[in-house]
Amino acid sequence: MNGSRPVKATAPQTMSGALCPSPLPAGESVLLGHGSGGKLSAELIHEIFLPTFDNPALALLNDQAMVSVNGIRLAFTTDSFVVKPLFFPGGDIGSLAVHGTVNDLAMGGATPLFLSAAFILEEGLPLDTLRQISASLQEAARACGVAVVTGDTKVVEKGSGDGLFINTSGIGVVHHDLALSAGNARPGDKVLVSGPLGDHGIAILAQREGLALETAIQSDSAPLHNLVAALLATGASFRCFRDPTRGGLASTLNEIAAQSQVGIELQEHRVPVREQVRGACELLGLDPLYVANEGKLVAIVKAEDAETALGALREHPLGREAEIIGTVINGPAGRVTVRTTLGTARMLDMLSGDQLPRIC
Amino acid sequence: MKYLDEYRDERIARMLVSQIRETAARPWVLMEVCGGQTHTLMRYGIEDLLPAGIELVHGPGCPVCVTPLEKIDRAIALAMRPEVILVSYGDMLRVPGSRNDLLRAKAAGADVRIVYSPLEAVTIASAHPDKAVVFFGVGFETTAPANAMAIWEAHRAGITNFSMLVSHVLVPPAMRLLLGSPSNRVQGLIAPGHVCTVMGYREYEQLSADFCLPIVVGGFEPVDLLEAISMLIAQLEHGRAQVENQYVRSVTCDGNLPAQRAVERVFTPCDQKWRGIGLIPHSGLRIREEYAAFDAEKVFPFATGAAIEEAPDCISAQILQGLKKPTDCVAFAERCSPSNPLGAPMVSSEGACAAYYQYRRHAAHAGEPRP
Repeated sequence: MNGSRPVKATAPQTMSGALCPSPLPAGESVLLGHGSGGKLSAELIHEIFLPTFDNPALALLNDQAMVSVNGIRLAFTTDSFVVKPLFFPGGDIGSLAVHGTVNDLAMGGATPLFLSAAFILEEGLPLDTLRQISASLQEAARACGVAVVTGDTKVVEKGSGDGLFINTSGIGVVHHDLALSAGNARPGDKVLVSGPLGDHGIAILAQREGLALETAIQSDSAPLHNLVAALLATGASFRCFRDPTRGGLASTLNEIAAQSQVGIELQEHRVPVREQVRGACELLGLDPLYVANEGKLVAIVKAEDAETALGALREHPLGREAEIIGTVINGPAGRVTVRTTLGTARMLDMLSGDQLPRIC
Repeated sequence: MKYLDEYRDERIARMLVSQIRETAARPWVLMEVCGGQTHTLMRYGIEDLLPAGIELVHGPGCPVCVTPLEKIDRAIALAMRPEVILVSYGDMLRVPGSRNDLLRAKAAGADVRIVYSPLEAVTIASAHPDKAVVFFGVGFETTAPANAMAIWEAHRAGITNFSMLVSHVLVPPAMRLLLGSPSNRVQGLIAPGHVCTVMGYREYEQLSADFCLPIVVGGFEPVDLLEAISMLIAQLEHGRAQVENQYVRSVTCDGNLPAQRAVERVFTPCDQKWRGIGLIPHSGLRIREEYAAFDAEKVFPFATGAAIEEAPDCISAQILQGLKKPTDCVAFAERCSPSNPLGAPMVSSEGACAAYYQYRRHAAHAGEPRP
């Protein structure tokens, strides 16, 4: 349950001081919530990483950096995978490590070419597990048409890791000249999602120790570069693509709204969520809009091209259940609102820390 | 999804709203007791649908919010002991104690685990005989049967390394205190549907009679709450004061008798401190003497330190008593947010402050007409 996407905080200057813009108190240490893709992750990025590594490519905070070498546009990204359990319904850490990085490249409209794979192994990991995961990683890479051209191995003492962590970096080439960026959404644009949300997060959660939850939900882990290519081939005016991984749709839309200085309004009844995922979320006290996905994309497209884009999505096997779920509005910058089934409005905020299971 | 979609149905909701508008001739102040109900009211913007004169104030029914600071500190102190595995429901982890919370204790190396059922804590205890496993047993009447069953099960299975740090609270004594207070404004009560699923609603009949107060046992979906509000307003406008049950698909008059017996077997009523409210006589549950070996407060020594104070800015006391709204607080969404809560109501999704923060922090878009 992770993604590489740098997480952008909603713009503090427009939020009436609603965020906590103060630095992390001195002596504070890292909490699990810093990895949730929500507000705490955004705080780390804005308070430590961005000021330290400041450069124009990073500052755009997209899923991938766009760089030019001798006139060729390249997309470059990296992602680390710490998913537990290593094998889950619908995939494993090996295939996920390919899909995650391929998707980060795909969201820039790039054709993925090369991957690196770095393995951090914990002493005692069965070699057979490593063999299976490597084979799965290679099979996923082959299916995506990318080659794993370099790698690294490190071993840590027993107790210092969780079996196996993988980092992959990826390079792709960009053939189009569209400016795809989370900062490009304009009022009137439509928000599309390629299919039902929350499958990956719930599939993982159902496998976790201590949760005797039996579901048939499979992770949606899948490479999206062909879907993006099909969308770009329509010639529709896309503003940006994002894959709503950690932090779910809510975090992705908050990032787009903040980076584009616009509002976004979602129609709750339009957002596709499988019945089983809804049921599991009801039971566990989670909101599917915050649950991770690993094979879905959000597209922002000019209003008049929305139906074309929807048609193209639905023609592709990974986009059959796509929907138009909302509109970019001229509202307060950075604010995402949801029209409920009752016709009332509520805010859709970024996640503060992890979603905690509630008591009753 | 059956049992959910029909209770979130726009058509039925609109019908109930018109019914409320037709019936309500005067302004009324209603209180929903349970934090789960507060959460639904905020999430669906139900106040925006009601006539202006109908005010909803939010009750003390958020279990993590009313757990006393000292108990949180005790849980943290237990978690920091190297031999202890501290097991808890998820939303207790971020509740601030006097200096720390369980999430930070976990980051500092404490073995803190989240479960959905206290019986899982018993399983952890039997899997780790070399550790002392302590379950942080908090909540209202709703969680009491499962907590009682965990102790009973550990007793039955002869598990000696399991104990429970108990902070159980009971709704009716707290409501009696709030309703009897001179500052009380509440004219009608939405009783907590899950508490009543366990306990039934006989105790609420006495409350209704004593305070001449209309009470409707309500569910947790938007249609449930609109129907409960409609039933309360009908009672108020017609001068009736009785207990009615809106949540008939779950609640009966006598409640769940086997669950009540499990609670009685293991727990006994005690005076209980409520965070933000104070000591309320007979408003809590403690472990009976027969099960003292499972009472973490008897198994482990605790230092009795000086009185611990809340953050000075936090008005959670008035919020938990329905006297103020989260937006009345100067710290709300400024110095106090779910990432940095000053008081417990900002922590749990059932806390009124967190619900306002999450869904209603910008009042500007409340009440906008549908496009």
